[in-house]
Amino acid sequence: MATICDSKIPAGPLEKKWSKHQAESKLVSPANKRKFEILVVGSGLAGASAAATLGELGYHVKCFCYQDSPRRAHSIAAQGGINAAKNYQNDGDSVFRLFYDTIKGGDFRSREANVYRLAEISNLIIDQCAAQGVPFAREYSGLLANRSFGGAQVSRTFYARGQTGQQLLLGAYQALERQISLNAVKMFPRTEMLDLVLVDNHAKGIVVRDLVTGEISSHAGDAVILATGGYGNVFYLSTNARGCNVTATYRAFKRGALFANPCFTQIHPTCIPVSGSYQSKLTLMSESLRNDGRVWVPKRKGDNRPPREIPDSERDYYLERKYPSFGNLAPRDIASRSAKEVCDEGRGVGPGGLGVYLDFAESIGRLGEKTIRERYGNLFEMYHNITGEDAYQRPMRIYPAVHYTMGGLWVDYNLMSNIPGLHVLGEANFSDHGANRLGASALMQGLADGYFVIPYTLGNYLANQSGKKASVERPEFKAVEEQARQRVTKLLSIRGKRTVTSFHRELGLLVWENCGMARSAEGLQAALGEIPQLREEFWHNANVLGEGNDLNQSLEHAGRVADFLEFAELMCLDALDRNESCGGHFRVEHATEDGEALRNDDDYCHVSAWEYNGSGKQPTRHIEPLIFDNVKLAQRSYK
Amino acid sequence: MNFNLKIWRQAEGSAAGKFVDYQAKEIPAEASFLEMLDIVNEGLIARNEEPVAFDSDCREGICGTCSLVINGVPHGPGKAKTTCQLYMRRFRDGDTIWVEPFRVLAFPIIKDLIVNRSALDQIVEAGGYISVRAGSAPEANGIAVSKRDADLSMEAAACIGCGACAAACPNSSAMLFTAAKISHLGLLPQGQVERSRRAVSMVRKMDELGFGNCSNQYECEAVCPAEISAGFIARLNRDYAGSAVKEAVLAE
Amino acid sequence: MPVATLTPAPARKFSRNPLIAFYQSSIGKKWIVGATGAILFAYVIGHLIGNLQVFLGPDRINGYAQFLHDLGPTLWVIRLSLLLAFIIHIVATIQLAQQNKAARPQAYAVQGYQRSTLTSRTMVVSGLIVLCFVIYHLLHFTFEATNPVFRTLEDSHGRHDVYRMLILGFRKPLISFFYVLSMFLLACHLSHGFASVVQTFGINNSKISGIVARSGESLASLIFIGYISIPIFILLRIVH
Ligand SMILES: Cc1cc2nc3c(=O)[nH]c(=O)nc-3n(C[C@H](O)[C@H](O)[C@H](O)COP(=O)(O)OP(=O)(O)OC[C@H]3O[C@@H](n4cnc5c(N)ncnc54)[C@H](O)[C@@H]3O)c2cc1C
Ligand code: HEM
Ligand code: HEM
Ligand code: SF4
Ligand code: F3S
Ligand code: FES
Repeated sequence: MATICDSKIPAGPLEKKWSKHQAESKLVSPANKRKFEILVVGSGLAGASAAATLGELGYHVKCFCYQDSPRRAHSIAAQGGINAAKNYQNDGDSVFRLFYDTIKGGDFRSREANVYRLAEISNLIIDQCAAQGVPFAREYSGLLANRSFGGAQVSRTFYARGQTGQQLLLGAYQALERQISLNAVKMFPRTEMLDLVLVDNHAKGIVVRDLVTGEISSHAGDAVILATGGYGNVFYLSTNARGCNVTATYRAFKRGALFANPCFTQIHPTCIPVSGSYQSKLTLMSESLRNDGRVWVPKRKGDNRPPREIPDSERDYYLERKYPSFGNLAPRDIASRSAKEVCDEGRGVGPGGLGVYLDFAESIGRLGEKTIRERYGNLFEMYHNITGEDAYQRPMRIYPAVHYTMGGLWVDYNLMSNIPGLHVLGEANFSDHGANRLGASALMQGLADGYFVIPYTLGNYLANQSGKKASVERPEFKAVEEQARQRVTKLLSIRGKRTVTSFHRELGLLVWENCGMARSAEGLQAALGEIPQLREEFWHNANVLGEGNDLNQSLEHAGRVADFLEFAELMCLDALDRNESCGGHFRVEHATEDGEALRNDDDYCHVSAWEYNGSGKQPTRHIEPLIFDNVKLAQRSYK
Repeated sequence: MNFNLKIWRQAEGSAAGKFVDYQAKEIPAEASFLEMLDIVNEGLIARNEEPVAFDSDCREGICGTCSLVINGVPHGPGKAKTTCQLYMRRFRDGDTIWVEPFRVLAFPIIKDLIVNRSALDQIVEAGGYISVRAGSAPEANGIAVSKRDADLSMEAAACIGCGACAAACPNSSAMLFTAAKISHLGLLPQGQVERSRRAVSMVRKMDELGFGNCSNQYECEAVCPAEISAGFIARLNRDYAGSAVKEAVLAE
Repeated sequence: MPVATLTPAPARKFSRNPLIAFYQSSIGKKWIVGATGAILFAYVIGHLIGNLQVFLGPDRINGYAQFLHDLGPTLWVIRLSLLLAFIIHIVATIQLAQQNKAARPQAYAVQGYQRSTLTSRTMVVSGLIVLCFVIYHLLHFTFEATNPVFRTLEDSHGRHDVYRMLILGFRKPLISFFYVLSMFLLACHLSHGFASVVQTFGINNSKISGIVARSGESLASLIFIGYISIPIFILLRIVH
């Protein structure tokens, strides 16, 4: 059964795999590169860096994104930083250590070879970005500065104020714009990919909708690269941008690409809590706040006194109590889950009881308000702007929110999916983060994939594809195009009573409750029962106004929600199937006596890759076993 | 809270547009301006009226997608924030609020409140980059950048590309955006090689696209969500003169 | 107010000649406006210092006028460069203003200016009124076309009696009033103009921009007070 997931990991020792693979990978001659057309969907860190680099190499590239400019891809929002094993601090960092931290952080559910390659490439990324003019933070010496991030024991995170993702993306975007000016890349902004076209079982094209004119058309290419980001918006409320969607990857799934580990999602502990049903998104507050803030809730259930009137003896500093050695700095998944626990006990604070306090009173007393203002002034301001509350006076309220999705389309070592020609980069693939992603490593992965992996591995596919580019006139294209058109027509003809947003919100709540921070077989089964009903209702009772032939945001949203309504089921199925707790996936049945995650390495040390079998049919699960030759599987403990 | 909204509706770029009155009822004070519009839109859909089209994506002030002009001010009242970060508690109950699209020749209207800002991309395309091939970069610490320059460069690089500067400028000039882009790269040692070419061709592109000229009104600086200083325009003016001379001499 | 708004950008053409192309660019033209503005500014200050000699008595100012006339060809060089600067300044600013107007095809229904000032937004108006003033002023005191009697005024040394001309000229309240009004608009123009030149020449930065703006205002006020003191003192018969 496992043969379909052939990871194509090169043989040889871990440190030699990538260089060996590079040396052995097939090359495409400059004259032939010109003849190949590559379709890159997505212009985030992964997509923009790939499109720019491939254009630079001489390929003809078309790049697509749904935003009005490639620079607005969701990567722009990343704040914290990007990791690299430069060891500029002389504090004992190395490629191996970055590799090990990432594997361990992912709770031993990622591929050794990929993660090692990522760690190796990390240094090249910093060189490339610095040369592009990314204004990384500097020391007075003029050399690059680092900070420690996400609980790492070494200082290896490079950053540009609180806007690292923005600056890295601008670097990639500028490189992309340069290729556009040289006519090596043609950019299609405000264009949404609706489907993938296979010709002779190879990915040879895509069907897109021009979001301004509504025109549905096809693009043919010699290979397709998906870099369409994560699917966190299946939860409706998340820290992702509004437009983030699963459409591109889910459509590819429906055309035969395997979807790996869909249940692996990351919940970030420090977000501003939900304040009402009108809310459209959640805002992340930098994790660094936990360095100086203490997390607590009242000991007594339903204690509605203002926080300052609750005496110390009646507060429960639960992270400090449960994890004395890590305390308020416990890893993301643990901190998130603990917050949920206390709120479930009815001890949460703020509207709806969904929040915990992050209190700076003690640090302000110890360090003075000035120091705290210097360290976190902008975050306090942001908090004030959103909530209207002054965190210098009263504790902040925080609550976990969906932030990142480790699952994604299954890819081999070449970043190619099981569909020949379909490559997947960045958050859209499942490759490097296992069951939990460490801070500052998503940016690293996106850029590694785009600048330094795909340019080498694409040749392995293209080498014998010469002249096999299909014409958009072929029946395969016409058929997929027609299906896309019919879907639009169908969405517009429902004319029911409920708004698309109300369905999205309901779905989000359902998966949040049952496939969020803590999952149980019972809850997942319930969700699996309800999702099809909701989907059914959607197709009969959604109200999508307007026409298909112009800019129609309701229609865009409806298409995305329709896919989420199917995808959510796959996610819950995967969560139900994975009978263990690991990383962001916590099954209440699989916990140690004191409530910690309990991995099951005997039965689940593998990637679950799901294959679509047609509408209404149960997808098939394939597994790729994970083999650890270089690290010892250990139970994570942060006590 | 309740509001009287006067919102610009325009079916498409070539159609005529007009202001339409809408009532926003029972809006929570904690809602953002865009969430208020979401609520209005939900109400419109319930009445089978087409919702108001407006752009947004990140909704946390960094992507630069949101773009409304609220009571004559791009991104609305308040300093250093985007429309998506504007909260209704800033308004008074019962206020009348005018909502318009950016009105800039180089940003044609697509629909309702949505405009096409690809002109900004074209300015970057004209030279807003450092040409470095992946794989050819030297070791990062091989190029030292003084902290002062790096910080100043970062200040310019913080531009989110929203275009509010051009929308606010009485001349519809994109000078603040262009100045920020050129300064970001021009301040770094890596950006020196292409510096004069970059400045001349980016400014040329901006002019060609039909943006106006800067007459030092500083409206741009006042609305800029990234707090880009108009000092960068001064820097560009200086840079441009030197660059134009350099390019002219080198062209001979 | 139904208005359609899909106007393609007017193609701005650029010459291959770098000098012309510089003038055609937005920033290049600003440099030209700034440079000519600075020359005119300098003249306004110099002219003020010269004119203030009226308070030192007829001998001083008439001597000064004679000195200027005796410069001969040099005077013409100065006059012609001034004229040229003036013309270029006007042509360039009007071109800029036209382009600026075209860039905003439709005005906002409500306008929420925050930082700009009435003065900064009305440079063309203040400039054009100053132009009218200068034309009248030349006819008044230089060509003496409005009051041909001025041509006959001579002092005891046989020099042109500029002192008497001023006294006679400004005794008429309407004329004095027109001068004062024009000086006010000139001051407005220069108040923004000064800070503008500093910005255009790239000397400005965020640290000094406040000081620069205030310096412009102060300088303009001084120029205003300086100039209007002449008609006012004459009108009030303090100088006679
Ligand atoms: C608030 C926040 C903070 C973060 N902070 C950090 C951090 O500090 N460090 C870190 O390492 N990571 C961080 N992350 C994670 C990281 O930002 C993302 O994982 C990463 O940027 C994803 O990049 P990407 O290129 O894969 O996708 P994206 O940047 O999401 O790009 C997706 C692209 O695909 C396009 N697209 C999507 N769907 C379609 C479609 N159907 N048709 C056409 N185009 C489509 C979009 O237009 C876009 O161009 C953060 C994430 C969030 C949400
Ligand atoms: C005669 C008609 C005049 C007109 C129509 C005129 C118009 C203008 C305009 C529109 C500007 C703003 C240009 C811009 O910033 O884009 C300007 C700037 C300026 N003007 Fe004038 N002006 C006139 C006369 C004068 C005179 C007589 C002086 C001085 C004595 C003067 C001095 C200046 C200065 C110093 C500036 C600032 C230049 C800059 O922005 O860098 N102008 N003028
Ligand atoms: C109260 C204010 C002013 C007074 C009293 C004044 C006075 C005079 C006098 C007496 C002359 C004639 C000199 C001569 O022929 O010997 C003169 C010439 C002139 N003045 Fe003024 N002036 C005033 C304001 C201005 C201003 C504001 C400007 C410009 C903006 C200006 C521009 C000129 C010019 C261009 C000439 C001609 C110079 C020449 O002959 O070359 N004046 N002025
Ligand atoms: S300079 Fe400011 S206002 Fe202009 S595009 Fe950049 S961020 Fe927006
Ligand atoms: S508002 Fe406009 S005039 Fe210049 S200083 Fe800003 S671009
Ligand atoms: S929506 Fe991204 S900045 Fe407002």
